[in-house]
Amino acid sequence: MSIMSYNGAAIVAMAGKDCVAIASDRRFGVQAQTVSMDFQKIFPMGERLMVGLAGLATDVQTVSERLRFKMNMYKLREERDIEPVTFMHMISNLLYEKRFGPYFCEPVIAGIDKHGKPFISSTDLIGCPMTPGNFVVAGTCSEQLYGMCEALYVPDLGPEDLFETISQSLLNAQDRDALAGWGAVVHVITKDQVITRTLKSRMD
Amino acid sequence: DLPLRSTAKMDFTWGVKGKDFVLLASDKQATHSIIVVKSDQDKMYQLNDHQVLAVTGEAGDTVQFAEYIHKNVQLYQIRNGIPLSPNAAANFIRGELARYLRSRTPYSVNCLLGGVDPQDGSAGAHLYYLDYLASLNEVPFAAHGYGAHFNLSILDRYYKPDLSVDDAKELLRKCLAELRKRFIIHLPTFSVRLVTKDGVQTIDWNAEMAA
Repeated sequence: MSIMSYNGAAIVAMAGKDCVAIASDRRFGVQAQTVSMDFQKIFPMGERLMVGLAGLATDVQTVSERLRFKMNMYKLREERDIEPVTFMHMISNLLYEKRFGPYFCEPVIAGIDKHGKPFISSTDLIGCPMTPGNFVVAGTCSEQLYGMCEALYVPDLGPEDLFETISQSLLNAQDRDALAGWGAVVHVITKDQVITRTLKSRMD
Repeated sequence: DLPLRSTAKMDFTWGVKGKDFVLLASDKQATHSIIVVKSDQDKMYQLNDHQVLAVTGEAGDTVQFAEYIHKNVQLYQIRNGIPLSPNAAANFIRGELARYLRSRTPYSVNCLLGGVDPQDGSAGAHLYYLDYLASLNEVPFAAHGYGAHFNLSILDRYYKPDLSVDDAKELLRKCLAELRKRFIIHLPTFSVRLVTKDGVQTIDWNAEMAA
């Protein structure tokens, strides 16, 4: 039994033209048993920045709370919103601090920087960052997600098309994973607004 | 691998959130391996006037942790003059469980917290599910232990968000009937508590079953 697949999750983020999208499933389960269907795995970290956390649910909650604290301190000290790339380094540092007793979670970051350029990245559980430019995935069905994203993704999609693409990538990947699913949440972030949609998927 | 002895699953706790109340139930057996040491053990702790915490898990950890939480919730009320809200209490419990999780002495305790915030009117009833790894979920209904495997589907089928107290008791009756029929461990008696905006009421379940 692996710690990273004790609860189950599916997180994906994609970059489009002047927009990014981040999506996750909603299941909270303990191995085979599903406990709740509205578990939050994506957390806002600013007006145009969101982080999704996959992995052990307790660490998803602990890391998101610690990040919220660091973000609040950053805002108070800097008197401005954090840039996505800076936030990525913040998470990377937070995770590597626990190198020999890590948080069992893998973050996925999606945001728009101050110049309006889309930014997505992810790190592993000890903070190694990765900034591919097209899409990033995390969770128990990461392999299914890689397959779906590679097949469906095209660069420079607008917000509406990006929503459709990321939704289909997530839905079809999580349907092939017993531990992820029970609905989905999709956030599309543009320079001006964040549109959040909840999807009803196969509820099993 | 994640620690939790299999004996912890023999305990059963159950909770359902109604319109403006929470109904909690737990079995009353304290067992050590194949021996029933005590059959009138109360596994629920009244944290304050409107909150009840039901705990299962490692023997000893349960009592130590529950009493620690109870005293700290009371201390908050003494210091600040107002009681902790159910959401604040749930997050406090999660924080303590999470703090001890990576220490040398983690608490192997599963909790159900049922509470009503009397200020919030009908939106004030809350039921929280906490597992021993310190993950926190607000849920409409929940159960811990092997009993959960038998009851969650029944709750999925018959639960409605605007349950009345009698409906909730009927749900409990159905769930316990299923355990009696299909669970190999015989659980003869249950503590049942009803949390409303007027406080915590202990329900004599033996009397309910006879009625």
